[in-house]
Amino acid sequence: MNGKTFLALLARDVHVARRNLVPLLFQTFLQPLLFVFIFGRVMVGSGYLPAAYKSLLLPGIMAISMVFTGIWAVAMPLIAEFQFTREIEDRLLAPIAISWVAVEKVVAGLVQAVVAGLVVIPLAWIILRPGLELHLTNPLLFVCITLLVAGFSACGGLALGCSVDQQHIGLMFSMVLTPMLFFGCTYYSWSTLDKFPILQKVVLFNPLTYASEGLRATLVPQFPHLPVPLILVALAAFDVLLFAVGLRQFHKKAVS
Amino acid sequence: MDSAIRTRDLRKIYNSNPPAGAVRGDASASAGKRNKAPKPQITALDGIDLDVSPGQIFGLLGPNGAGKSTTVGILTTRVRPTSGTAWISGLDVWSDQTTAKRQIGVVAQRPNLDFALTAREILLFHGAYFGLSSRERSERANALLDRFQLTDRADQLVRGFSGGMMQRMSIARAMMHDPQVLFLDEPSVGLDPQTRLLLWEIIREYNQKGRTILLTTHNMEEADSLCQQLAIIDHGRIIASGTPAELKASIPGGFLLRLRFGHHSAPLLERLATLPSVTEVRASGDTGADLYASRGGSLIPEIVNAAAAFGVELSDVHISEPSLENLFLHHTGRSLRE
Repeated sequence: MNGKTFLALLARDVHVARRNLVPLLFQTFLQPLLFVFIFGRVMVGSGYLPAAYKSLLLPGIMAISMVFTGIWAVAMPLIAEFQFTREIEDRLLAPIAISWVAVEKVVAGLVQAVVAGLVVIPLAWIILRPGLELHLTNPLLFVCITLLVAGFSACGGLALGCSVDQQHIGLMFSMVLTPMLFFGCTYYSWSTLDKFPILQKVVLFNPLTYASEGLRATLVPQFPHLPVPLILVALAAFDVLLFAVGLRQFHKKAVS
Repeated sequence: MDSAIRTRDLRKIYNSNPPAGAVRGDASASAGKRNKAPKPQITALDGIDLDVSPGQIFGLLGPNGAGKSTTVGILTTRVRPTSGTAWISGLDVWSDQTTAKRQIGVVAQRPNLDFALTAREILLFHGAYFGLSSRERSERANALLDRFQLTDRADQLVRGFSGGMMQRMSIARAMMHDPQVLFLDEPSVGLDPQTRLLLWEIIREYNQKGRTILLTTHNMEEADSLCQQLAIIDHGRIIASGTPAELKASIPGGFLLRLRFGHHSAPLLERLATLPSVTEVRASGDTGADLYASRGGSLIPEIVNAAAAFGVELSDVHISEPSLENLFLHHTGRSLRE
């Protein structure tokens, strides 16, 4: 691998992200924060939901922000750059194996997903306090899970971005991302699905489930959650799987 | 010494739709029994052998869909050959991609600029991808922006550039890392005459530094005035190659007279072939004939007389002097512009 070229590719993505910072911030944080406000503040404040729901909700919101940021940050530019304008061509012609161009996209998306996840905690905390109870007892586990979640998000973005055409972006949202969001144990914990045994099994195929439950396990361990070893193995498996699929799709798109 | 560009028996068959503009046709359905809907197989290249010496301006001339872009695509690592091998400065383009990419600069048929960046940033980042130091990058970017007359728009996003400006920008970018071999796919399409002249001047300048240039074109004038060596390509095969002068000299007679009669017959064509200085006569359709000869206008009275003797009236004549256009027509029976 050619380190200088890789860093230059990364510098280009950082430069473009910085140029689009304000729209990027709205895109990343507005929707999850509105959710936090309505469910965590209004619904809890008016007595429809118990006070403890605030703490249960926060890791789910963090997972949503991370996963959607990672997918968005990688998939949307790729979809645009692989269109007929072939904007990505100058990077495919850079003196580096084209797999590294894909890896660079994943790294850039991973960093953005981590930032999104870390920023959403204080923002949500401002909206939800008082009554929010976070217990970060194992920082190392938190770091591991955060990185694994950011990783599968960015790899998922690579796979989707190289498989979806521009005219199907709307479909990608309604067919892939929306079901993923609602069946991802984000607004409820996995254990609350006990009364829906089939659904409880089905959601285990959704990587977002492990993201929500994993962040729950490290931020609010007082709630029931999936066993940590299972979460780690599942997240790692999704990382590897989505990376492999994404890389394959990238090569298909890049070379005719 | 290694050729700057070499290919041996290069073939490319597309199993899916090829990139836009790459191939014209010749689609034939494959008889795959396992596939419910057989994918069309399109042969874009059918055994291309090229040898381009270092320091040459080499032209690949042919109509749209002849295989020019696919050849450039393979030579620039963007298209995987179905079989055959391509080398740049002795490096196998497919198995030695990363090193080969250092040797080449590429201007695609359609501008593929990075729309998220300004003109200057495009050059600076391109330089960075190729590992230039930051001082080298900014010096070269300034010089190129100046040379391509883009300095006053240097700090604007290229999204708003006109087609001609984008094209100039694409060429500037391809030269940014000073590649040994520069590929230009239809570089002057859509350029106004002034910009075209500027482009030719820049290409010659770059060539004088000892760099090799391969350009594709379907413009005769461009091929004739710019290129030192030419290969004429059609239906994925090279049908003739040499210097522009050699190629033109290879046309029988040199002059081409395209004739149209009320009707014609085999005896008339045989008679025409016996006229002095006529080297070849070919029927074209029911009423037309292409006549190759070593003179032009002075033949017309004899043609009219010969036709009159068979009771046929000559209704139209078009005389063209020795040109690559005629050469193409001679080899393929079709005009380049068709």
